[in-house]
Amino acid sequence: MSINEEFRPNIVAFCCNWCSYAGADLAGSSRLAYPADVKIIKVPCSCRVNPMFILRAFEKGADGVIICGCHPGDCHYSTGNYYARRRMKLLFSMLDFIGVEKSRVRVEWVSAAEGVKFSQTMNEFVETVTKLGKNVRLEDLRCSK
Amino acid sequence: MKMTDEYKKEKVIEISGSAPSKCMKCGKCSASCPNFDNMDIKPHQFVSYVLDGRVDELMESVTLFKCLSCMACVERCPRNVKPGKLIDAARQLLIRQKDKNYLLADSVPEMCKDEDVPQQLLVSAFRRYKR
Amino acid sequence: MQRIGVFVCHCGSNIAATVDVKKVVEIIKNEPGVVHAEDYQYMCSEAGQAKIIEAVKEHKLTGIVVCSCSPRMHETTFRNAAARAGLNSYMVEIANIREQCSWIHKNIEEATEKAVILARAAVAKVNLNTPLFPGESRVTKRALVIGGGIAGIQTALDIADAGYEVDIVEKTPSIGGRMSQIDKTFPTLDCSACILTPKMVDAAAHKNISIYTYSEVENVSGFVGDFTVDIRKKARSVDMNKCTGCGVCQEKCPSKKTPSEFNRGLSNRSAIYTPFAQAIPNVPVIDREACIKFKTGKCGLCAKVCGAGAIDYEQEDEIVTRKYGAIVVATGFDMIKLDRFDEYAYSQSPDVITSFELERIMNAAGPTKGHLERMSDHKAPKDVVFIQCVGSRCSDERGKPYCSKVCCMYTAKHAMLIRDKYPDVNVTVFYIDVRTPGKNFDEFYRRAVEEYGVHYIKGQVGKVIPQADGSLLVRGVDLIDNRQILKKADMVVLAAAIEPNKDVRKIATMLTASIDTNNFLTEAHPKLRPVESPTAGIFLSGMSQGPKDIPETVAQAGAAAVKVIGLLAKDKLLTNPCTAKSDELLCNGCSQCANVCPYGAISYEEKLINDHGIKETRRVACVNTALCQGCGACTVTCPSGAMDLQGFSNRQIISEVDAICR
Repeated sequence: MSINEEFRPNIVAFCCNWCSYAGADLAGSSRLAYPADVKIIKVPCSCRVNPMFILRAFEKGADGVIICGCHPGDCHYSTGNYYARRRMKLLFSMLDFIGVEKSRVRVEWVSAAEGVKFSQTMNEFVETVTKLGKNVRLEDLRCSK
Repeated sequence: MKMTDEYKKEKVIEISGSAPSKCMKCGKCSASCPNFDNMDIKPHQFVSYVLDGRVDELMESVTLFKCLSCMACVERCPRNVKPGKLIDAARQLLIRQKDKNYLLADSVPEMCKDEDVPQQLLVSAFRRYKR
Repeated sequence: MQRIGVFVCHCGSNIAATVDVKKVVEIIKNEPGVVHAEDYQYMCSEAGQAKIIEAVKEHKLTGIVVCSCSPRMHETTFRNAAARAGLNSYMVEIANIREQCSWIHKNIEEATEKAVILARAAVAKVNLNTPLFPGESRVTKRALVIGGGIAGIQTALDIADAGYEVDIVEKTPSIGGRMSQIDKTFPTLDCSACILTPKMVDAAAHKNISIYTYSEVENVSGFVGDFTVDIRKKARSVDMNKCTGCGVCQEKCPSKKTPSEFNRGLSNRSAIYTPFAQAIPNVPVIDREACIKFKTGKCGLCAKVCGAGAIDYEQEDEIVTRKYGAIVVATGFDMIKLDRFDEYAYSQSPDVITSFELERIMNAAGPTKGHLERMSDHKAPKDVVFIQCVGSRCSDERGKPYCSKVCCMYTAKHAMLIRDKYPDVNVTVFYIDVRTPGKNFDEFYRRAVEEYGVHYIKGQVGKVIPQADGSLLVRGVDLIDNRQILKKADMVVLAAAIEPNKDVRKIATMLTASIDTNNFLTEAHPKLRPVESPTAGIFLSGMSQGPKDIPETVAQAGAAAVKVIGLLAKDKLLTNPCTAKSDELLCNGCSQCANVCPYGAISYEEKLINDHGIKETRRVACVNTALCQGCGACTVTCPSGAMDLQGFSNRQIISEVDAICR
């Protein structure tokens, strides 16, 4: 088995500054491994994640996108994650229509104390996306002519 | 197929659905056991026997058929370790050994005459051999 | 185009062992905008920072990317270094290649590749960074302490001694908290009230401390340095200014059937009551649910006997609104409910009690005047059994997964006190582990065993069976002896697990302070910032942060006070410049952003707009940067794309996405 044949997904993770990013740091300082395919972008709050960012990622060839925020009720900004939850629910309900499998996206709540959960979540998500295989790039066919 | 110690250990953990490594050795299982005095291996020892891979000794123990399967230890365990399920699993491992069926369906009625056989065991035997 | 310098840190071997830093430098050099890249052993060190400053000057850098540990560790360090080099400190971005790369990956090839991608994303972001300038906000030089137990009292005293004004808000009618209910303290066995009450008096007499008892925090708004808090002063039905604290009303009150909270329900109190004799303030409250006057309208005896005319049945709750610069949470703890531990027969037998109840029984001012008695027949017990870890270290939903920390020591204390006062009483302790880390703690426990003859058995109790004759049968195990024990007892004492006060969740939500799965408040850093909440301006004191004993609580209270003083000593605070900004030309005045803003930072103004030569008055959104905390909720809501977040702009985040997906 050569490395080249093995499919490695490219995964973008949006992590809120107060809970999930700190959770990711805790996973790191506790040496809880997860695949290198996950790359984290820090945002102040999960509500900063514009659905456009997710579509952009798929457009540019990401195989999976995960959004991590504080647990409901624990948002540093009181209500941010509730907005994120609603927006993502709406976006995810339309993904099938666009041609992206719903399991390529996920919203997870990870607190600053949950390094273990962060690592587990990422391992599971990478596994799920790996099973789905390469994502079909979202492309505007009108532009390719 | 010969069963290795490691295989038996894994099998017992699998069948029991127990997590022996979660045990904090508080002894509440033994403190809860109504048949403690008739056992050679006590409930709180089950965990170390399984973790050490000494399932054979469990399978040969007096405890194996003295355990009433009342599950008081499972109910009271603060760590959700399920010692009672471990001994249950060891019993199943013994009974289900291929070509070594220790308990034949025909032998059950004969065993009913033995007053030392715990009631629970008979009930579970009936349940198992009903069909 | 920016001129960016990339600095890759080895962090000793922390990063360099799994990431090929030289290779990262080589690859990142070719990124657009990068004019300089280098690596160094410890970028955060004095020498490392000097390298950055030197490079800024030499290569005329306009932006900096540091590939190092988490920005939570050293972002400030590198921002300050940039400022010293004459750059705007917000032109710095950190690529987290330690916590989120080298520490979790083993394969060098993979880790290096990821480090390059993370660095690339940071470079892409810096390319779009613009200088940002923090604003200033004022600091209200007054602190609020929520909770009037020993933690709250000590924090308030320390802050007040430094010359700042402090308010204590306490839910019950008196300050003092749990420590006032405790009889003796380990490991010195000095009387709890004797060391606590002088502190209560000090707090009440201090010119900088105001105490709001029988009051609760109702609403919190604002941010560090400028919190606005609504405090609900519940109606006492007694005028604080007139009452002389003579106590006649309590004597004459005909309604005396309410279980006393102070005595843990072991005795009853009157409807008009002060929790205990040394209460501060020494002004009773009327429990309106128990009071006959409030229930039926007939009685009014207390008003008749009160010589000072202090009773006021018409009194209503009052809301006090005050401003604070800092808030300390010291809400304390309680013991878990034991109704789900049927095996210990707590709900079946009055002679099965918790340690806290024993604390009241042993206390001279308690329900039995300090005599060790069974609650069922008031006879002296002959055999007392203590059971440890009831609900502590318990992974199912009945208990708590953590060790409650103080039970081993107070059980040794109780056992010792009983053997000291009643040498013919047999005392047995069932334990899983005896945990005694602390100064003179293990010596104390050994004294209980060696000098006082307390019988310690390693093992747990499976069942407590109440007998027909009123005694109790305890079935336990001695693990060392490998023997099951059936033991007759007259009294069983349960060391129930400790849990945070149930109100802490409500308070934490108001303060937007985070709490963990066990409802303990989370620290900003578990080791280096243990008394601060991740939310700026919120500090933690006492058991609300985690189980701890009295000396630890007092130490933490002092530490929290120092942090508060450090904050209040400042005249101005720099505000986060990463705030929302609206493009007036794009804004269509729809008010969506104002609706989602949790801080009310967005207002609408009629403004004269010059849109490509067309001048007209439009209704546009304006962000108050002093109020905006930079969450970004408005940016996503805005349908016209007028709202953006500085420091995390749409273009910046998209460029990071692009860099990762390249």
